[in-house]
Amino acid sequence: MAAQNDAGGHLSAVPSPEEQAGLERFNALIAEDSRIEPRDWMPEAYRKTLTRQISQHAHSEIIGMQPEANWITRAPSLKRKAILIAKVQDEAGHGLYLYSAAETLGTPREVLNEQLLSGKAKYSSIFNYPALSWADMGAIGWLVDGAAIANQVPLCRASYGPYGRAMVRICKEESFHQRQGFEILLELAHGTEAQKRMAQDAINRFYEPALMMFGPPDGDSPNSQQSMEWKIKRFSNDELRQRFVGMIAEQVKVLGLTLPDPELRFDEEAGRWVHKDLDWDEFKAVIAGNGPCNAQRLERRREAHENGAWVREAAAAYAAKKAQKAQVA
Amino acid sequence: MAQPVATSPTEEGQRHDGAAWPLWEVFVRSSRGLSHVHAGSLHAPDAEMALRNARDLYTRRNEGVSLWVVASEDIIASDPDAKGEFFESPQGKDYRHATYYKKSEGVKHL
Amino acid sequence: MDHSLDSYGDATASATRVTPGNALRPEDIAIQPERPSQAVARYAVRLGDDSLILSHRLSEWVSRAPELEEDVALGNIALDLLGHARSFLSYAGLAWGKTEDDLAYFREEEEFRSLHLVEQPNGHFGVTIARQLMVSIYQDLLYAGLTGSTDNTLAAISAKASKEVAYHRDHAVQWTLRLGLGTEESARRMRHALEILWPYVNELFLDEPLHDELGDAGVRPSALKAAWEREIAAVLEEAGLEVPQTRAALCKGRQGEHSEHLGYILAEMQVLARKHPGATW
Repeated sequence: MAAQNDAGGHLSAVPSPEEQAGLERFNALIAEDSRIEPRDWMPEAYRKTLTRQISQHAHSEIIGMQPEANWITRAPSLKRKAILIAKVQDEAGHGLYLYSAAETLGTPREVLNEQLLSGKAKYSSIFNYPALSWADMGAIGWLVDGAAIANQVPLCRASYGPYGRAMVRICKEESFHQRQGFEILLELAHGTEAQKRMAQDAINRFYEPALMMFGPPDGDSPNSQQSMEWKIKRFSNDELRQRFVGMIAEQVKVLGLTLPDPELRFDEEAGRWVHKDLDWDEFKAVIAGNGPCNAQRLERRREAHENGAWVREAAAAYAAKKAQKAQVA
Repeated sequence: MAQPVATSPTEEGQRHDGAAWPLWEVFVRSSRGLSHVHAGSLHAPDAEMALRNARDLYTRRNEGVSLWVVASEDIIASDPDAKGEFFESPQGKDYRHATYYKKSEGVKHL
Repeated sequence: MDHSLDSYGDATASATRVTPGNALRPEDIAIQPERPSQAVARYAVRLGDDSLILSHRLSEWVSRAPELEEDVALGNIALDLLGHARSFLSYAGLAWGKTEDDLAYFREEEEFRSLHLVEQPNGHFGVTIARQLMVSIYQDLLYAGLTGSTDNTLAAISAKASKEVAYHRDHAVQWTLRLGLGTEESARRMRHALEILWPYVNELFLDEPLHDELGDAGVRPSALKAAWEREIAAVLEEAGLEVPQTRAALCKGRQGEHSEHLGYILAEMQVLARKHPGATW
């Protein structure tokens, strides 16, 4: 359900009594850890921040289908093929849940889609890296979905109701995504020398980009503070990142493989994990569009959208004709 | 007090693509004996396709035995700004609840 | 990591209850004690190959569909078909000590028994829908018949598949109506799609000596023809489309002579498995 745009849109310099009352109620709901629902009054900045975050998240799911779809037709066993189709299909589903949540804030999906196709909207930079081997299906499941889940579990409690509800559904479904990825790597790690090399190579390539999925370091993340105050975000980027790296540091031992990070250790004194410095220049370059696959990923979306135009038009025309007939009858 | 929920996607002038499909709300009955519960929404050109898309999108894991779809624009919702007046009356009428009656506590089968 | 979400007060619990469901799975068939006869195994390969190749084609749509909702729908159908293929191939393999993967990944092109129709490229969405319409009506009739097979396993696989392909058929019918009656362009594309695929329809109904051997364990393809023609004609008529008058192509997919497309499909499908023979995944 879409939000009502007219009630309490923009805060003018002098808030009207309605805006003042709306803001007070909004602040009270946030303070008591309640949820904001679509038709509640909300500050314009809250609406904008959420629309941006949720739609970026949705775009990431949709673009994220591509590196994995790249291996569906080549999956090395029929069981793995079935799992991979189900997983990529889930991602389309997750994109849809999230677009629905974003739409409740008042921006229609077609507008969000246009923002993606025009390159105006961002999405998770990791999907601009190529999936080069079958082991990448494992690394993406284990590391990329793992990082995503670490990010998403706290979002189940996000202050915006539809976002939190979408995340609950997504997290439930994604629990299989990370496991299937880990098991792909586990098979490879216990397989032939070539398979083992394939697995280690995939981990080497995805480790850093996966850690960067949590976003820039806290000191360099200007929007984080406000999002925490609004209870959209519950933990800082660095908190989530070091928690995640601690988990995978243990899990990699089960695989009998290594993480490409000689500096990785648990700092007993600080009570937190320390990892190597990440290449944030590369991160920014990839976000800005210079990743190995940015152009390819967007072009695929554009192509699907353009090739599908006549189909969408036909279905809309059919619906209109039917409705007209029903009216006459 | 009640008013249609403004569904921006179907409002004229908001459409960028002449063929954009309208929004539908999906309700799932997870098993016999339970109510249909709102699960989310989706886009579809018409009701028949909305039902099928709902099946594919919201029941991939055996979540349901029955589905409803409703055009989002057909939902009539209470006005959130009038929440105070609309939902004030039941507040404080605790005599509507069994827990209000203390003196009969401990009496069996009551 | 603790993935349990209970602590987050799942307000939508009753709408998100998930269960694996209970149905016959390929994994169960692979370990069942009953072995198929040689004839049943050869027949199961035909059924399995059709579904496997069509599933492959549909999976090529993933991330390319006209709308995201349709991406999910086509993915579902591809998954159903893959499930049927795995069940049939697992069962067939029991006759020869082979697994579903042995049969899918390590047979040569001429050993495949798929129909030319399922090998045809996706083309635009209308071509895919036309192919779906043809195949799903066929499989709907076929599995309805096979549910009564004297071979218990074929009957059981078909009983599950029958319900699923009934949905595939519905999906194809809904889209045929929308494309046939939607816009001028969609009707034109749909007519073209039917015409280019129609030559491969004839092969669906060719009997083989194998069907004599099978007796009541199988379904004679020629026996499905009249019902198929009647049913597809009814759908096309409702959609404002016509049954094409194109001539039948000479197809010998059941004898291992395939369309030129299958070689490419298999090259892609088998490349990784063959690069690492003996490996497990």
